[in-house]
Amino acid sequence: MAEILTIKDLHVSVDGKPILKGVNLVLRRGETHALMGPNGSGKSTLGYAIMGHPGYEVTQGTIELEADGATHDVLAMEPDERARAGVFLAFQRPMSIPGVKMADFLRHATTNVRNPQRKEGEDLIPMRDFRKELRAKMEQLKMDAEFARRYVNEGFSGGEMKRAEILQLAMLRPKFAILDETDSGLDVDAVRLASQSIAEIGGADMGILIITHHDKLLEHNRPQYTHVMLGGRIVETGGPELAEELHQRGYDRIRAAYPEAAAEEAAMSKSENAAAQLGVA
Amino acid sequence: MTQTIVPSGFTQAAFDAFLAARREPAWLTAQRRELWEAFQAMPLPGRDEEEWRRTDIRLLRLDKFGLPVEGTGGAQLPEGVLTAGVTLGGRTATLNSVPVAQQLAPKWAERGVVFGSLDQLINEHSELIRRHLFTRAVNPHADKFAALHGACWSGGTFLYVPRGVTVDEPLYQLSALQGGGSDFSHTLVIVDDDAEVTLLAETAGDDTPSLHCGGIELWVGAGARLQYVNLQNWGSGTWHFGHQKALVGRDGQLQWTIGALGARVAKVNQHVGLIGQRANAQVNGVMFTEGRQHLSYHTLQHHEAESCQSDLLYKGALQDHSRIVWRGMIKVDPNAQKTDGYQRDDNLILSEGARADSIPGLEIEADDVRCTHGATAGRVDDQQIFYAQCRGLTRNEAVRMIVAGFFQQVFDRIRIECVREALGHAIGRRIREYD
Ligand SMILES: Nc1ncnc2c1ncn2[C@@H]1O[C@H](COP(=O)(O)OP(=O)(O)O)[C@@H](O)[C@H]1O
Ligand SMILES: [Mg+2]
Repeated sequence: MAEILTIKDLHVSVDGKPILKGVNLVLRRGETHALMGPNGSGKSTLGYAIMGHPGYEVTQGTIELEADGATHDVLAMEPDERARAGVFLAFQRPMSIPGVKMADFLRHATTNVRNPQRKEGEDLIPMRDFRKELRAKMEQLKMDAEFARRYVNEGFSGGEMKRAEILQLAMLRPKFAILDETDSGLDVDAVRLASQSIAEIGGADMGILIITHHDKLLEHNRPQYTHVMLGGRIVETGGPELAEELHQRGYDRIRAAYPEAAAEEAAMSKSENAAAQLGVA
Repeated sequence: MTQTIVPSGFTQAAFDAFLAARREPAWLTAQRRELWEAFQAMPLPGRDEEEWRRTDIRLLRLDKFGLPVEGTGGAQLPEGVLTAGVTLGGRTATLNSVPVAQQLAPKWAERGVVFGSLDQLINEHSELIRRHLFTRAVNPHADKFAALHGACWSGGTFLYVPRGVTVDEPLYQLSALQGGGSDFSHTLVIVDDDAEVTLLAETAGDDTPSLHCGGIELWVGAGARLQYVNLQNWGSGTWHFGHQKALVGRDGQLQWTIGALGARVAKVNQHVGLIGQRANAQVNGVMFTEGRQHLSYHTLQHHEAESCQSDLLYKGALQDHSRIVWRGMIKVDPNAQKTDGYQRDDNLILSEGARADSIPGLEIEADDVRCTHGATAGRVDDQQIFYAQCRGLTRNEAVRMIVAGFFQQVFDRIRIECVREALGHAIGRRIREYD
């Protein structure tokens, strides 16, 4: 049975304000998709909704995961159940957890994801095996060993955070991964390394949704499909050439071709500005 | 052990019987009598007093408790949690303020270290103790509880480390309460110039209503170093009143870590006086409360000399309907130039019904000083929980990890591993579901 993540007619609101207005997306394990679109169009919101962020309310639509010979109603699952079912989000802006060492955090995470049936309080994977594996992965990612002893994202530079997200991806080896602007904050060499690493981790084994404004991350992860989000909807889907076009020429053609979504976008960014002025955004 | 019948309650007859059973230097008996009168003359503190405004002791029935009674021992001494896997240089233990064990490794005794029950060492070291007991450190007239303690202290711990001696094995003190007893232990530590020692102290007890009315005096000499840990881990029925003060001399270093997990109501004055140039004090606090516990800590970092450093970090997590009050003060005398003072109190509110009050304060009379303070109180960050859940941790596991991380910043300052572990485990066991 194929393993598929299916998003149908997804509507998501934040604080009662509609952000996503009917998103459809089918991601098969082994495929790579690019998701592009102007700032504020709803890309990160889609990632949060897929993981079940409590602040992002799904008002309509479904998310289903076909995996391990069963069909899961993703919206009925807790975020950690989604993670253990094999869904991963690399955060655009990862949270820091002061006082919790990266290695301890990841050992716990890795144990749970690899053994989804594990009950709270049961043994973690053996320290020695874990350390060895973590060290190897960190070497591949050219990360300093000291990284593992630092507190989760605490005081990390933008680039360090993104590399830490890739490290977690490498350790957790999900079936489906959403990478939300994992290239931002990285210099050119680091993006190339990230692109290679993602390809090595994923290979033909992962369904990957890459949210990006650039083409570098796609270098080693050539997308079969490129989706364009505007005003909370996916308005156009094409092949790899669409990603190139958008990266080079921007979104003017898209806005002209989909005036209704463009109007939604303008309205959303207006209220965003108003919110920012009120100091609530 | 002598069997003495002492009537219960804090009556004159009980006090006379208590005194009659003790063989102590005359100066001490006189001091006790004077403080007994002070105790009787003073009213219980009321809520009109700033220090007691947030702490309700109307349900305290002092007459339900009594003076320490010899021979009430015999019960099983509860286990401590602080010293797992540590080689100790010596230990003392009291049960209901009565000494039940004391021991000091011969190698330390040979080097002049004195360690044991203050009760039992008072005659042998009368003059040394007289110069330090209730003189410059704890003020036994501070309030009714201080006076009661000054009049009735018993059991207790005395530690003296001679000049230049480094004791590299921790010493340990356990105070236990059982069956509704009282604990009046007094701790007197004198670390002479250039000496060094670590003292780990903890309390333990059952959950019956009981009383601790204690005092701690720490003297850190010139160039001396003291690491002192006291873990308050009484049962849930204990009323805990404590006056605690350290004095740190020139170039002396004090690291004072308190853990506060137990007691029904605790009201503690924790004072540090920096009395010699370049004295340094680091104060760490780790608190975890639950049920209807109420802990009230009043800290003072008193800079009395030039170029001293004090750094206080308290962290508390509160569950259920518990409450923690912290009032901190950095006081800088006019001559204490180049003072570097810091105080910070962070609280993590784990239940809707819990409450933390943090009240920092500065009183600065010198002009060339750097003093800063901070206080925070908040819930566990939902964004952090979500992030951890996205990596496969359950909500509970995420909360536990975040709470542990919250305390890590203060654990990072505690160099004694067994203390970090004991506190970490105790807190880990207590965290319940977070909603
Ligand atoms: N937590 C939030 N609180 C308020 N508004 C939000 C929140 N998350 C997203 N939004 C709003 O939703 C819209 C889409 O945001 P986002 O999904 O971050 O876009 P993108 O990732 O495409 O830049 C924006 O108007 C943004 O202000
Ligand atoms: Mg985004």
